[in-house]
Amino acid sequence: MNAPHDAAVETGLDAMPWQRAIHAAFTEAGIAQVGYVPDAGHTGLINLCEADNAIDATVLTTEEEGVGLLAGAWLGGQRGALLMQSSGVGNCVNMLAFAQHCRFPMLILVTMRGEWEEFNPWQEPMGRATQAALSLMGVVVRRTDDADALPGLVEEALTETFARNLPSAVLIGQKLIGAKKW
Amino acid sequence: MSAMAADGTLDRRAVVTRLLAERGDALVVAGLGSPTWDLAAVGDHDRNFYMWGGMGSAATIGLGLALAQSSLPVLVITGDGEMLMGLGALATVGAKAPVNLSVVVLDNERFGETGMQKSHTAHGTDLPAIAAASAFAWTETVRTEAALEALCGRIYAKGGCGFASVKIAPVDLPRVMPEKNGAIIKDRFRRALLGADAL
Repeated sequence: MNAPHDAAVETGLDAMPWQRAIHAAFTEAGIAQVGYVPDAGHTGLINLCEADNAIDATVLTTEEEGVGLLAGAWLGGQRGALLMQSSGVGNCVNMLAFAQHCRFPMLILVTMRGEWEEFNPWQEPMGRATQAALSLMGVVVRRTDDADALPGLVEEALTETFARNLPSAVLIGQKLIGAKKW
Repeated sequence: MSAMAADGTLDRRAVVTRLLAERGDALVVAGLGSPTWDLAAVGDHDRNFYMWGGMGSAATIGLGLALAQSSLPVLVITGDGEMLMGLGALATVGAKAPVNLSVVVLDNERFGETGMQKSHTAHGTDLPAIAAASAFAWTETVRTEAALEALCGRIYAKGGCGFASVKIAPVDLPRVMPEKNGAIIKDRFRRALLGADAL
């Protein structure tokens, strides 16, 4: 099986249609900063953001840096989105408390691991806890396994986060991305 | 140096007073704990973002702010414990290296809010060396008034992404508390910077 994210890695900017749609939604929403810890499922979108002169993309050493980064962006008048895989949500918990208390908006886009066709059992506990962990920290969460539905959910979450001044998350199911090849 | 003696002798409030004396239109982020009390003690300002939580994130908040407001100097003032919790952020900041960002650590080699336990800088960690190795444009360790004067000439110059460790005396000073509600601190900052429509 040639998993979609592997195709994106091989072809660089030749991103999946849903990744192009998310990038278009970022443009429409005025996203000016994107922070990311790389995940294979985000590769096409990361490449699109890195190639976009209207977006300042920052690679992070750990996901909670992105909450700080995008809080700083918002203080400076810019909107941001944070890309990570599900394990990274666990790294963000205390900073999500910070974002809740101060009411910092940001879109958090999470590619799921530890579920459909996951080969690595070390991913399973955090994958199972990802949605609940976000909910526990007060983040509104949307989730889909349907590539056609995903861009609409991202648009909703973008509208919501900047209307409420609180973080909103969208989880992208592993079935949609394709399991990591081993 | 005895085992218990800290490296620094500079007075933290005097240091912060001097650092901010020529702040002009600069944007200032203070890390949680004593740097927030120091910033408040020097005098409240609507371009101050005071942190009461989010330990480890002062530098990345400064990064996002510096990228968003590239024409203005951005100064992060934080403590050694706060910086140590987010050491990876030095690599993240160095990778972007906005010329308008300076990070100044008030380094008393102690976790001052929790009982003055010795921090890693008391055990040999060299924060400016880590920043230098993380591609910051300039780094300094400040131990004297003269070095502090020189630092003040660099932090607002927008001449390169900088990092300084100012070795301060490990003294527990009375707390001077600014506004506590983070949403109010944030909105006031945004209104001052972006105008009344920024909310």
